[in-house]
Amino acid sequence: MPRATTKAAKPPSKPSTLNPRPSTLLSRDQVLDLYYWMRLTRTLEERLVALYRQTKVVGGLFRSLGQEADAVGSAYALERRDILSPLIRNLGAMLVKGATPVEILKQYMAKGDSPTRGRELNIHFGDTERGFIGQISPLGDMVPVMAGVTLTFKMRKQDRVGLVYVGDGATSTGAFHEGINFAAVQRCPLVVVVENNGYAYSTPTAKQTAAKQFVDKAIGYGVPGEQADGNDVLAVYDVTKRAVDRARRGEGVSLIELMTYRRKGHAEHDNQSYVPAGEIERWERENDPVTRYIARLQDEFEFSKAAIDAVDERVRREVDDATDVAERSGFPEALDALVGIYANPSAERPLWFREGTGSVVDVHERPEGWGTWSAQKGESH
Amino acid sequence: MAEVTYLEAIREALFEEMDRDENVFCIGEDIGAYGGAFKVTEGLLAKYGDERVIDSPISETGIVGAAAGAAHMGMRPIVEMQFIDFIANAYDILTNYVATARYRAFLPCPMVVRGPSGGYVRGGPFHSQNPEAGFIHTPGLKVVYPATADDAKGLMKAAIRDDDCVLFFEHKYLYRRIKAEMPAGDHVVPIGQARVAREGTSLSIITYAATVWKALEAAEQLEKEDGLSVEVIDLRSLAPLDDEAIQATVRKTNRVLVVHEDTRTGGIAGEITARINESSFAWLDAPVLRVTAHDVPLPYAPSLEDFVLPQTADIVRAARTVAAY
Repeated sequence: MPRATTKAAKPPSKPSTLNPRPSTLLSRDQVLDLYYWMRLTRTLEERLVALYRQTKVVGGLFRSLGQEADAVGSAYALERRDILSPLIRNLGAMLVKGATPVEILKQYMAKGDSPTRGRELNIHFGDTERGFIGQISPLGDMVPVMAGVTLTFKMRKQDRVGLVYVGDGATSTGAFHEGINFAAVQRCPLVVVVENNGYAYSTPTAKQTAAKQFVDKAIGYGVPGEQADGNDVLAVYDVTKRAVDRARRGEGVSLIELMTYRRKGHAEHDNQSYVPAGEIERWERENDPVTRYIARLQDEFEFSKAAIDAVDERVRREVDDATDVAERSGFPEALDALVGIYANPSAERPLWFREGTGSVVDVHERPEGWGTWSAQKGESH
Repeated sequence: MAEVTYLEAIREALFEEMDRDENVFCIGEDIGAYGGAFKVTEGLLAKYGDERVIDSPISETGIVGAAAGAAHMGMRPIVEMQFIDFIANAYDILTNYVATARYRAFLPCPMVVRGPSGGYVRGGPFHSQNPEAGFIHTPGLKVVYPATADDAKGLMKAAIRDDDCVLFFEHKYLYRRIKAEMPAGDHVVPIGQARVAREGTSLSIITYAATVWKALEAAEQLEKEDGLSVEVIDLRSLAPLDDEAIQATVRKTNRVLVVHEDTRTGGIAGEITARINESSFAWLDAPVLRVTAHDVPLPYAPSLEDFVLPQTADIVRAARTVAAY
């Protein structure tokens, strides 16, 4: 059972002596900026829950409650020109990289003018210009992809770094192993962040690996590994920034393990029946990343309560405005489903039985009792 | 001009495209210093260096994924599968990631995955496969499988220049057995166009890769012994299929035999037969028949492999059945 503390274990490799705490160089604006991104992540997800309950989110909803610090702090360590690949708990990282609340809301609501035009779900989207590449559901696959992205940075001698997130579960995949191993051999400027949030869907970490900690895997790949408290946004920033700086100096891959905790289920439908009683409540009470950072902002950085409230108010307004905009958009035109599978040909033709039809069905073909239809019919005989 | 082998033709295409475009690079297992298991990439390392000719770990998922990432960034990677049988190890990343990238994320993924394919070489179950059918089923991938040396070169150049992922199947039986003079200049064969390998009027054999040559042998025998005029269509591209060429030959000869070296169930011959049924049923004078491998893993012993794979005699026999219907 994960403990409700995320005190970092002793790092297995010696961290760089250059700038061991780069967060001390952050300006006051930047320190407050980190809070803004965490609050935006949480408030936006709360709004999505409301829309989900109104059935406006047409698919599943994936929360990062309790993990906002690990997503935001790590992405904040990158420069604009760098590229990251988020995972399903990294809404905060995408926002830091320039994804907007309107885009997120439109994605979840499958709008025709969403970033993927209704083709992909939730936060599965990207923009290489802004520096994030959309994930896919098979876990671990983004590690080799980001190895290739950063291989290109190296080949072109560009001053750019890549960062890829995986969960504790994805470390068990072959793609994770092949990707990090290849990137390590090629000395690609890549940071691999393992977010250890205790569970992969319902599977606890103890059933995922016999290793004592994921950071130990770094040794096997011949790369530096560091572990940090994933619920301390400044600690996350520091550990990531050190790895990003190593990558930028041409020292290749680093593996970071961020200790955190997933307070919601895999998705909104998941009732978390597999979680021991009291565990979630204890994390909420003792180790909430937002609550912890607010305390630090007030005690250590001497921000007033009013300054923090002003951020909350700004976020609330931005999410309200974004919701209004997103709700106004419509669903995609049906025929757009056939466009852009290839560069050439640019579209598929409708099958012969759909020739001349603009939309597919006037009424959704979801009769009640679909699947029991023949049984019902049988009764009438 | 001197004739070059099918293998040398592919290598010529690699050299020419790497000269033409600095974004083209090769990655694979043992492709650099060793020049590849079949020496297709021999000489590339010496000319282009280890940044553009990358010897990789044994990681089919890793290198296909890395190629995709590089392709997103504007590179044009060419990935070698040491044997095409190992492409199964990259099935997830090819079908779930690469094939969907443009559609779901508007990410260009111009890359080639190439490798020695096919049997008739006593390679056993893991060095003889023809897994093309598993990929033509996936929207977003293109698949080519040339039969001649000049098509091997021209299609490779087209594949490298294509803006999407092309799976390039090279028949290892043909590597050093088939030769042709290369057309002068920048020889590019468009993807998606079949070729009439032999004109005829009595019946059509639709096929690709090594069995094009078996079909041509059969056509000659049928002409001599039966007086039949057999048309042979070499598909060259399997995704997209050249529906126009298929329909044209059906409507010309009205009798069709589909031949491939791949196993029968779920093979491309079934798809071609269904398309003919849908588009040209009224033009047929006989049912479309198939000659394929048997549905078994490919065995090693000559007596077993020869029995499992389609041979010229099988094609002759089946063609006579179609012609006599």
